[in-house]
Amino acid sequence: MKLALFADIHSNLEAITACIAHAQALGADRYAFLGDLVGYGADPVAVLDLIEQHAEKGAVVVLGNHDAAALGRPDDTLKSNARTAIAWTQAQLGAKQRAFLEGLPLIVRDDNLVFVHASAAAPEQWIYVTSLREAEESIKAGNAGYIFCGHVHEQKLFYMGADGRPMPFRPVPGTPIPTGKHRQWLAIVGSAGQPRDRSNKACYVLADFERGRLTFFRVAYDHDSAAQKIRSAGLPERLARRLERGA
Amino acid sequence: MDQLGPGSEIDGFRLGEIIHTGSMASIYRLTGRDGPLPLIIKIPRLGAGERAVNVIAFEVCRMVLGALPQGPHHPTLVAFGDVETTPYLVMEHVDGVRLNDWVPRAPIAPEEIARLGAALALALHELHRQDVVHHDLKPTNVLYRASGEAVLIDFGLAHHSHYPDLLAEELRFPVGNWVYMAPEQVLGVRCDPRSDLFALGGILYELTTGHLPFGKPGTVAELRRRLYRDPVPPRAIAEATPEWLQEIILHCLEIDARDRYASAAEVAFDLANPAQVAITERGARNRRAGWGMLLRRWVQARRFEPAPCPPPSIQMGPAPIVLVAIGAAPPDEVLFEALRDAARRLIAADDRCRIACVTAVPPVAALSGERDEDTPTGRHIKHLVNLRRWAKPLELPEERLTYHVLAAEKPAAALIDYAKMNDVDQILIGASRSGAPARLFPGVSAQVVAEAPCSVTVVRPRPES
Repeated sequence: MKLALFADIHSNLEAITACIAHAQALGADRYAFLGDLVGYGADPVAVLDLIEQHAEKGAVVVLGNHDAAALGRPDDTLKSNARTAIAWTQAQLGAKQRAFLEGLPLIVRDDNLVFVHASAAAPEQWIYVTSLREAEESIKAGNAGYIFCGHVHEQKLFYMGADGRPMPFRPVPGTPIPTGKHRQWLAIVGSAGQPRDRSNKACYVLADFERGRLTFFRVAYDHDSAAQKIRSAGLPERLARRLERGA
Repeated sequence: MDQLGPGSEIDGFRLGEIIHTGSMASIYRLTGRDGPLPLIIKIPRLGAGERAVNVIAFEVCRMVLGALPQGPHHPTLVAFGDVETTPYLVMEHVDGVRLNDWVPRAPIAPEEIARLGAALALALHELHRQDVVHHDLKPTNVLYRASGEAVLIDFGLAHHSHYPDLLAEELRFPVGNWVYMAPEQVLGVRCDPRSDLFALGGILYELTTGHLPFGKPGTVAELRRRLYRDPVPPRAIAEATPEWLQEIILHCLEIDARDRYASAAEVAFDLANPAQVAITERGARNRRAGWGMLLRRWVQARRFEPAPCPPPSIQMGPAPIVLVAIGAAPPDEVLFEALRDAARRLIAADDRCRIACVTAVPPVAALSGERDEDTPTGRHIKHLVNLRRWAKPLELPEERLTYHVLAAEKPAAALIDYAKMNDVDQILIGASRSGAPARLFPGVSAQVVAEAPCSVTVVRPRPES
C-alpha cells in the first residue's frame, strides 16, 4: 500500500492537483487529506468537490481549523487575512460543500495509523506541534505506529526514542526515510497549498508501508495561476504573494 | 538466533565459516550462492542481555549503507532482514588487509604512513561528500584493497544528514571507540565530518609513534581530558618523525574542529605531497602545551562550545582544490594574467580554496646538456621558479599554494592523473592559441576537458583591440 498524505491545502486547486498527479505517478493507491482544505485560496468549491470524490473512493479526510471556521464555528486564533478569506469562502460554499465539511471527523484511527489536523492529544484545540513537548504529547495520545498531521506548514518528522523522548528531524525532500515498525513516528506532512519555508513548492508525503519508508516531497506547481485567482477574487494581496514567494 | 552457526540458513542465505564475533554482531561468509561479489552476512547480537545500542547500530548501518551508491570505499549492501523479525545484513566481502595489521609494526616509515593515510583520507572524503560521517574510525574498521584503495567498514555509528539520527538518543554515554574519539563527539555532536579527521589523526599518530595519542581512557572523566590536553608531539617519542608528518597529525588532532583541516581531501593532499606541507609551530614543537596554556584550556573546556556543524554538501562543498595548469616556457604573459584573473575570482568566491600550480614538461635524459639548466634538476628548478613567479601576484598565504612540476611524455594525461589522485575540484587551463608564437599546451586543453574528473575552465585572453 502506498498512501499519499496532503495537509493545509487551503483552496489551492493547482497545488493539490499537482501533488495528486505526482503521487499517482509514483503508484499511490490510497489518499489522506489532513484538514484545512479551505481558507486563504480562491478555489474552495473545486477543491472540496475533488476531495469529496476521493473520499467516496475511500480516502481519509479530517477537519481542520479553517474548515471549522468556514462552517461558522468561532475561532479567535485566526488573523485578519485568514478571517477575510474565511468570510469570502463562506459565501462561495453551497449546501453540498457545507454538508461534506459537516460530516468530517477531527481524528481518524485506522489500525496502526492515526490521522489528525493538529495534535492527537486534543484535536479540537488546534495545538501546533512545534516543540518536543507537543510532539511527545501527540505521539503518546495517538498511541499508534504512525501519526500523520498538518497545521504546522513545514515538513518535519519526529520519532520516539527508547527513553520516551521524541527526536526531531528535518526531512530532505525526495529522500526515502526507513521508518522501522518497532518505533513510533509523527510526520508533519507540510502544506500543499500554502508553503511558508521560502520555497513555493507544494509539500506532501508518500508512505510506502510495504517497504517501511516515508518520503517527503516538494512539488513545483502553477503558483502563478493560483496567485492570480486570489487577486481576481479580491482576496488580500498578501495571500497571493505568499504563494509566489513561499513566505 | 543463538543457535545459528555454519550451515544454518536465513532467508535462503546459507552461512559458511564464522569470520568475526564482536560485542555487537557476528559475521559469517556466505556459501552456495554464486554472484558477482563474494558475500558475508552480519547478524547483530540482539535479545536478552545485549545492549540496546546494537539494535540501533544495525538500523543505522542498514540505512547508511543502503543509501550509499556502490563505490570502492565501502562494502556494497546486497540484502537485509527486518529488525523486527530476522535482522541481518548481506554485503560484499571486501578482500583486503586490515589497517590493524600495520599497528604492531609501528613506528613504520613515514612514506608508508603517507600512502596508507592518503588512501584512507580519500575514502573519508568520498563519504563526507555524500553527507555521511563515519564516527567509528579505527584500525580494525579500515581495509586496503590490492589496488591500494582504502575501504571503510562498520557503519553502525555513522551519521547521514539526510536521515534521522537514531543514535542521538543514546548520547547520555559517548558511544564509539573512545581511543580515537574527537572532543566534540565526547560532547554528543554527531554532524561534523571533521570528527573523522580527528580519528584519522589518532591513527596516523599511532602508526608514527607506536603510542596512542590519549591512551586508553577507562572513564568519561579520562575521556574528557582531550577537551584540553594535547598529545605528546610525535617527534618527542619517535625522533625520526619528519616535521611535515607531525604537522599533518597535530593539525588533524586540534581540539576545536575549526582548527583542523577543513576536509579530508586536504589531508590526502598534504600526505601525498609532503614537500608542500607548510610547517608551522605545530610541526616543529617537541613538547606539549605548558601549564599556563593548559590551565586556560581547562577553564575553556568546562564551557566547551563545539564548533557548529558545517553545512551539508548540497549547500557548499569543503575547501576546494583548484589546479592551475601553467604552460612551460616560453612564458605567455597575457595568458598568465588571464589565468591569474580566473584564479582570483575563485579565491574571492571561497576564501578557503587552495591553488595547486602545476606544469607538465617532457622528461629529459640526464646529461643531455652541459649547462646546469639543461640537467633534469636544473630544469625542474627553473620550472618551479616559473610557477612561483606566476603565483606571486595572487598574494595568497603560503599554505594555500602548492607547486608541482610533472615530468611526463603526455602532459594532458599527467594533469588528469594528478587531478584524480589529489581530488581536485576544478582545473583552470589556458586555451590553445593558434597563430600565437607560444602555443600553451597545444591540444592539451581539449583532452583535459574531455577526460578530467572535475570541472575544467578553459581560459582565453580577450584579443587585444
